[in-house]
Amino acid sequence: MSGHDWPLWEVFVRAKGGLSHRHVGSVHAPDSELALAHARDTYTRRLEGVSIWVVPSNEIVASDPEQAGELFEPAESKIYRHPTFYDIPDEVKHI
Amino acid sequence: MATIAVDPRADYLLRLGDDALVLGQRVSEWCGHGPVLEVDISLANLALDLIGQATLLLGEAGDGDRLAFHRDVLDFRNCLLVEQPNGDFAQTIARHLLYTTWQHMLLQRLTQSSDRFLVEFAHKAVKEVAYHRGLASEWTIRLGDGTEESARRMAEGLDWNWRFIPELFEVDEGLQAAIEAGIAVDPRAFEDEYRSAIGSVLAEAKLEPPADQRPILGGRRGHHSEHLGHLLAVMQFLPRTYPDATW
Repeated sequence: MSGHDWPLWEVFVRAKGGLSHRHVGSVHAPDSELALAHARDTYTRRLEGVSIWVVPSNEIVASDPEQAGELFEPAESKIYRHPTFYDIPDEVKHI
Repeated sequence: MATIAVDPRADYLLRLGDDALVLGQRVSEWCGHGPVLEVDISLANLALDLIGQATLLLGEAGDGDRLAFHRDVLDFRNCLLVEQPNGDFAQTIARHLLYTTWQHMLLQRLTQSSDRFLVEFAHKAVKEVAYHRGLASEWTIRLGDGTEESARRMAEGLDWNWRFIPELFEVDEGLQAAIEAGIAVDPRAFEDEYRSAIGSVLAEAKLEPPADQRPILGGRRGHHSEHLGHLLAVMQFLPRTYPDATW
C-alpha cells in the first residue's frame, strides 16, 4: 500500500456555528469516509472545527489564471459596488 | 517491583491504565513509519488518545509517571492483546479492532459504575474510543474487501491476534471483587454482543473469522509475552537512565 493512487480531497472546516466552511488544505484518501477521517485527524486536532466537508479535488471547477484579466480586472474600477458608504455597527460581526 | 495492587479498585485502574499505556506506546511506534502521511497522522492521534487515557487512569491509581516508567514487566496488568507487535498495518488494525471494540463496549457500561472517577473517565474516553473502533472497522473492511494481498494480510493480522480475545472476558478473583463492589464492569455481560459485532465487521470485510485457537491468558497476573519487555525497555529507558531529567 503506497497511497500514490489515492485521490486527493479538498478539506473545508467550519470553525464554529454561524461561520462558513473555509478551505484549509487537502488530504489523500481512498474514499469519502476515510477522506473525512483523514481530514478530521489532520486539520481538527486542536479544536479547529465543528463541521468538515471533503470534496474530490478533481470535482472542483477552477477559473483559468490566464483569464484573470477579463474575469477580475473590470471590477477594479467599480468602487460603487463596495458597501463602504455605510457605517457598520460594532456589534455586527463577520462582515 | 513492589507495586502489585491488592485493592480491587487500584487493581482495576492498573488493568485499564496499563492496557491504554501499552497500546498507546505500541501504536506510537508507527510515528514516522506510517504507510502514507495521512495514516501516520491518524495513527499518532490514536496513540495520543490512549496515552491520555493512561495518564488519567494511572494518575488515579498512584504516581502515574512512577507506575509507567519504574515498574517491571511482572507488575504490568495489561491484557496480552495490547502488547502484541505491530506487524504490518493490517496486523495493527486487527489488534486495534479487537481491542477497541471491547474497550468501547466496556466504557459504555462503565458510565454506570459506582465509582465517580471511573464514571467521569468513561464519559470522556468513550467518545475517543468510538472513533477508534469506527476507524479500525472501516480499515478492516477496506483491507479485507480490497486486493488479494490486502485481504491476505488482514486475515493474517486477525489470525495473529485472535487467540488473545478470551483473556478480555476472563474474570479472575481480582476483577470479581471489583465487579462485586460495583466499580468494574463484568465483561461476560457483553461477550455475545462483542462476538457478533466483530462477526459483522468481518462479514462486511468478506473475511472468515479465524478458527478459535487455544486461548492464552495471564497478562492480568503479570505473565506477559516477551514482546512487552522490549516495549518497556524502549519506553522506560530515558527516565530510568536519567531519573532526574525533567521536560
